[in-house]
Amino acid sequence: MSLPIFTPAEGPGPSFHELLKRTGLSPLAAPAVGGTAVPNGPQGMPFDLVHGTTICAVRYREGVVMAGDRRATAGSAIAHRTMEKVHPADSHSGVAIAGAAGPAMEMVRIFQLQLEHYEKVEGQALSLDGKANQLSQMVRGNLAMAMQGFVVVPLFAGYDLRRGRGRIYTYDPTGGRYEETDYHADGSGGRDARTTIKLGFREDMTREEAVELCVRALWQAADEDSATGGPDAVRGIYPTVATITAEGFARVAEPEVAGTFAGLVELLRATETRQLPAGEQGAHSASRGGERR
Amino acid sequence: MTMPFYVAPEQFMKDKADFARKNIARGRPLVATVYQNGVLICSENPSRSLHKVSEIYDRIAFGGVGKYNEFDQLRVSGVQHADLKGYQFSREDVDARSLANLYARYMGNIFTHEMKPLEVEILVAEVGARPGEDQMFHILYDGTVVDEVRFTVLGGEADAISTRMAESFRPDWPLAEALAASVRALAGPDRRIGTQELEVAVLDRANGRRAFRRVLEAEVGELLAQAEETPTAGTADRAEGADGEEAARGGAGEA
Repeated sequence: MSLPIFTPAEGPGPSFHELLKRTGLSPLAAPAVGGTAVPNGPQGMPFDLVHGTTICAVRYREGVVMAGDRRATAGSAIAHRTMEKVHPADSHSGVAIAGAAGPAMEMVRIFQLQLEHYEKVEGQALSLDGKANQLSQMVRGNLAMAMQGFVVVPLFAGYDLRRGRGRIYTYDPTGGRYEETDYHADGSGGRDARTTIKLGFREDMTREEAVELCVRALWQAADEDSATGGPDAVRGIYPTVATITAEGFARVAEPEVAGTFAGLVELLRATETRQLPAGEQGAHSASRGGERR
Repeated sequence: MTMPFYVAPEQFMKDKADFARKNIARGRPLVATVYQNGVLICSENPSRSLHKVSEIYDRIAFGGVGKYNEFDQLRVSGVQHADLKGYQFSREDVDARSLANLYARYMGNIFTHEMKPLEVEILVAEVGARPGEDQMFHILYDGTVVDEVRFTVLGGEADAISTRMAESFRPDWPLAEALAASVRALAGPDRRIGTQELEVAVLDRANGRRAFRRVLEAEVGELLAQAEETPTAGTADRAEGADGEEAARGGAGEA
């Protein structure tokens, strides 16, 4: 490798993605896979695409909680049990991903580098809006791939140091960027998670309440959606939960998440079994799972 | 027949070197030294926003003296190179030695082939996983690379400052003592440098993934005061350790 030296007019500026393009390394600018797809996979693809599933973000008193399950699927098979879908984007923001796992992980990696690169070159971090906008441009850059089924839908959240509050941004596959006021959930179990959060959301929640709400939303999503993984007590695999506050991005420790799940299970066991007459918890009860609300 | 514009190559190179040296010496110097927790870089710089010391990568920092626009371009190129290399290979594969060699090749090339040499001296420092593994590369205007393990001085009056540093240098000294000695060496016997005139940064082993941290004016003042209270030996070690832990907690989110 040589030292990248650009004339002032031709330089990529503080953008790492532009630098990748200048050096011919950008995967997002790569031409889409050509030709007609072989109709084998679920979307006319010659292979089963690995998918990440349910992610959510909730605003609370001190900032934002983000959470995501750990399951990745390829068709109807479970591809991974321990995939991380919630990542720190920089010190005060996080990005969660749903959709085609390969391109999504690559997008997260470039996005993280993009923010750090800007911060180092310019000597100060981008504004939260600037970061959200950068991600939007990267999703749009993936449009050709999205048209072929490699859809990536990120969820971006962060603590706006200038405005002193948590903010949440959602995206569509064309790069459209929408700011949510309170919460959002995406992915295959996103609808179920969103409904759960909608019913449980209150203004000015504490950290514990917000973490519990996210955990509950993921539980309900896993209950309704086969591609979303629930807590795995046998292997000790629990969803990724993180908080973003004025102090920065911090993972919620796994024992705390496990404890929150244990509390939820206790609660559900009490409410769900009470509604059934004794002796009828057999085969017929399967049709009415999860209607606690 | 006449040879109107002939200049002997020796003379030509000497003129260029004199030109570069003279202009670099006009800039304010910079001192880098290893300490207990990593590398300390300390410079006289009245500007709060035009930095002489900056972050290149997780464990690598950059320092420059001389013409600002020239070393700033080198700094940006270094960040670009490091980020590209980390992206293409792995974060662990980005190292100061290879970057220093690239800088040396580029600066040597400019010195030999261009009319005007670069009027800069730069430092590439890397903090190691353990004390004794820190590296500092001092690169001169003509591409000469000097590898230092204790301390290095860039810019004008480098020899005098080096002599003063050598008198007080102690391996594994705590941050406060290293900083006080660096400031004394920069100032010389007849002068005091105010905290607002200093630009200080560290590569701190305990700082998480990104080791680089700017030491702001208030903290510089505290460290200098602390060094005055404990004049010599390593009694400040305890406070130093606590400092490192605090920094690690602050940076944990980015790990």
